Amino acid sequence: MEDFQEIMEDFLVEAYELVEQMDQDLVELEHNPEDLELLNSIFRVAHTVKGSSSFLNFDVLTELTHHMEDVLNKARREELKITPEIMDTILQSVDMMKALLDSIKENGNDTQCGIDIGPICAKFDAISSGKEIKESAPESSGEPVAEPEPVQEEPEEESDYSNMSPEEVEAEIQRLLEEKQKEKEAKKAKKQQKEKETPKNSQPAAVKQKPAPQKKSTAPATSSKKGSTPEQTIRVEVKRLDHLMNLIGELVLGKNRLLKIYDDVEERYEGEKFLEELNQVVSSVSLVTTDLQIAVMKTRMLPVAKVFNKFPRLVRDLSRELGKDIELVMSGEETELDKSIVEEIGDPLVHMIRNSCDHGIESPEVRKAAGKPAKGTVELKAYNEGNQIVIEIRDDGAGMDPDFLKMKALDKGIITEREAGQLSDKEAYSLIFKPGFSTAVQVTGVSGRGVGMDVVKTNIEKLNGIIDIESELGKGSVFKLKIPLTLAIMQSLLVSVQEEYFAIPLASVLETVRISLDEIYTIEGKNVLRLRNEVLSLVRLADMFGVEQVFDSGEHAYVVIIGLAESKLGIIVDGLVGQEEIVIKSMGDYLQGIEGIAGATIRGDGGVTLITDVSAMMKLAREIKVDLTQVAKQTQKSQKSKPEDYHVLIVDDSKTDRMIMQKSLAPLGIQVTEATNGVEALNLLKSGDADYDAILIDIEMPQMDGYTLASEIRKYSRFKNLPLLAVTSRTSKADRLRGVESGMTEYITKPYSAEYLMGTVSKNIKLPTEVIA
Amino acid sequence: MNAQLEQVLKSQQEQITSPLEHDKTKDEEIIQLVGFIVGEEEYAIPILNIQEIIKPIEYTRVPSTPDYVLGVFNLRGNVIPLIDLRKKFHLPPSDQTPDTRYIVMKEGDNIAGFVIDKLTEAIRLKTSQIDPAPETLHNDRGMISGIGKRDNSILTILKVNVLLKRDF
Repeated sequence: MEDFQEIMEDFLVEAYELVEQMDQDLVELEHNPEDLELLNSIFRVAHTVKGSSSFLNFDVLTELTHHMEDVLNKARREELKITPEIMDTILQSVDMMKALLDSIKENGNDTQCGIDIGPICAKFDAISSGKEIKESAPESSGEPVAEPEPVQEEPEEESDYSNMSPEEVEAEIQRLLEEKQKEKEAKKAKKQQKEKETPKNSQPAAVKQKPAPQKKSTAPATSSKKGSTPEQTIRVEVKRLDHLMNLIGELVLGKNRLLKIYDDVEERYEGEKFLEELNQVVSSVSLVTTDLQIAVMKTRMLPVAKVFNKFPRLVRDLSRELGKDIELVMSGEETELDKSIVEEIGDPLVHMIRNSCDHGIESPEVRKAAGKPAKGTVELKAYNEGNQIVIEIRDDGAGMDPDFLKMKALDKGIITEREAGQLSDKEAYSLIFKPGFSTAVQVTGVSGRGVGMDVVKTNIEKLNGIIDIESELGKGSVFKLKIPLTLAIMQSLLVSVQEEYFAIPLASVLETVRISLDEIYTIEGKNVLRLRNEVLSLVRLADMFGVEQVFDSGEHAYVVIIGLAESKLGIIVDGLVGQEEIVIKSMGDYLQGIEGIAGATIRGDGGVTLITDVSAMMKLAREIKVDLTQVAKQTQKSQKSKPEDYHVLIVDDSKTDRMIMQKSLAPLGIQVTEATNGVEALNLLKSGDADYDAILIDIEMPQMDGYTLASEIRKYSRFKNLPLLAVTSRTSKADRLRGVESGMTEYITKPYSAEYLMGTVSKNIKLPTEVIA
Repeated sequence: MNAQLEQVLKSQQEQITSPLEHDKTKDEEIIQLVGFIVGEEEYAIPILNIQEIIKPIEYTRVPSTPDYVLGVFNLRGNVIPLIDLRKKFHLPPSDQTPDTRYIVMKEGDNIAGFVIDKLTEAIRLKTSQIDPAPETLHNDRGMISGIGKRDNSILTILKVNVLLKRDF
């Protein structure tokens, strides 16, 4: 029994590999229908599977492969020309083979799954007896075909199983079982008849090539044709490799610790002779450990070809289904990735490719009209970039229209109008990853449910990966997935917050910058940093993880900019400690799933450092509402106890507007002064007659507008932290950005409610709350 | 720690070798416990649930956890949560003393270290000496498995599986 089990496992592994190979060969065959080598290789696969499955008594599989073999045999003897219809049938049967193998894997036999091979066998018979059109299958006289209709129907239903309700499936199985019973009896007679024919058929084949009953012996010839010699391999249980990887992890930690101790020793015993020796040992240990780590990591690496291989078939099927002409160009299939990542990455890539084929590539007519070749190209490329692998999906299709995406998202209530106005093009592209978002007008089998891209995002986030989108309307889009090579040991950036340390996965760190607190701006109560031409949200790690404020952080701060999937965030830390290799350790059931923490690692000094969970941090950041500019200022603010001690300047050319502001602020009981334009306001400020706590500035004014006034005020260092509140009806993003650029602290849009203005002003001048009440 | 352990072992030895005790408990089931003090009271847990007892070492705070979860510490390459029993029992905090210990308890795959004020001794109790927890004490999420009666004192026997269960 045990022996049988072992044989069966071997059979399954081999069969899956063969079928995979066959899938690829078939798609290739479609491009070169005359390639005899390919045909031979496909024939041999069918033959081998037939041989071993009959040995193991998998009758259904044997039957199916037998019929396939017949057709292929004719084809390779050039008695039959492979038409797209025949190809469809063959591919369908390959799918069926896969389903049968799955059933064998799960149930140990190929009868329980209820797959009916009758119709397809009949089709094969029809083909091999010379009638090529599938409609003619029932007419193939002499062949005892029991059911005529399933021939046309079956392929449709086959792919539909996943959508059936359990009851329907039950009924379907019942029906198919009965059908098959009939088929079987009919086939039995025919099979015997066929069996007599087959040996005869294979005789002439020998003229062109030696008969290939043993696939093993001829396999090298086939693959060498494709340019890669079979590697000498042994199969190893993944569990053993995992264990090995864990042990290496311990070793890496040990190495880190050794390095740290060496540093300490070096400091203490400088110039001593033994240091030289110790140095040699330490560096050789660390070198070997690194090599060992790489070597073991390599054993777990698989070429992405493992995933890529199924895509030619996918694209072929999709293009037929969608009525488009699409070519898939793949490169870099040999790029290697950790096994666990290769497994995770398959699904997202399927969705991305579907997306490119369905939404990206236009129909041939549209393409021609746009002056592009009718055949669309989807390019799938993998390559290494530092410690990451980049997978690029590029199509030469329609590209994405940010405004259209925004409109769609608005329609579906995914974003608000306000948000839509603020989105940059890149941010608009990333809307496609939102759950429930779909631009497809109607739901097809391929897309339109708005689930796929959400899956992509979740899975890529799980791998600590980044998604980068570029798109040009009318020219096409490029999606770049950047994924770390391995999950077990990773590079991290160690940062310090007060007296605590945290490790941020380096794969998610885009860059680090040092900023002065003056560079932090506030847009709608959120702190942002303007970095080159991007505006980033800012959050303090201390606020996120509730770190106690022991000492003052000072005028400057370090910002770690992290990116995940398609979003970015700036995190303020007190210090950057350095880059270190870390091994992720679980914190056990008791502390599983703490928000924002992915795990822990042991540092060189034996202490435990927590590893941040970048995707959770992105979520946490949204909930944090601490105004940093206020925190920084709080300490400098002079003591004011009564509302009358506060003084606000209003700059506006319209008398009505000034009145409204005056009225709105009246309940606060603070002092208010008015100025009618920028020049007047600037002079008032410069004279130093009064000490203003905040200035409300209209943008459009004669002589000097609000932007100029703001930047003029900021030129004086004593007004660097003076709150400048823009009060304007200009709401576009460009205007807001200009506001930030010119040094505005807040942006209040007209019309506003009196409460809102009051709240914003009192917040900015730090009016004690009990005074307002 | 050694002196203390020796003492514990010695008293354990005495209990085993004492023929008088041995005879009396012959036909009764014996439970072995380790006693410790948190605050003013003595508690005990089954000896089989203890992986080891160590002197306090450095630990790392973990954010977003209740205050009684002090953090995590490194026990020979494993990262283990550390829980302060004083805080867990809502007792006033106190500074570490030379007697403070971490008891590393485990139950199945769950493992955690607990900060206690002082270790007392290994205890052998007959099942007849253990009363079920009084009904009025049941509110503490059933943390108490029973009350052990001894000649001149009583001790609270805790349920390790409840202590190790995450309750936040």
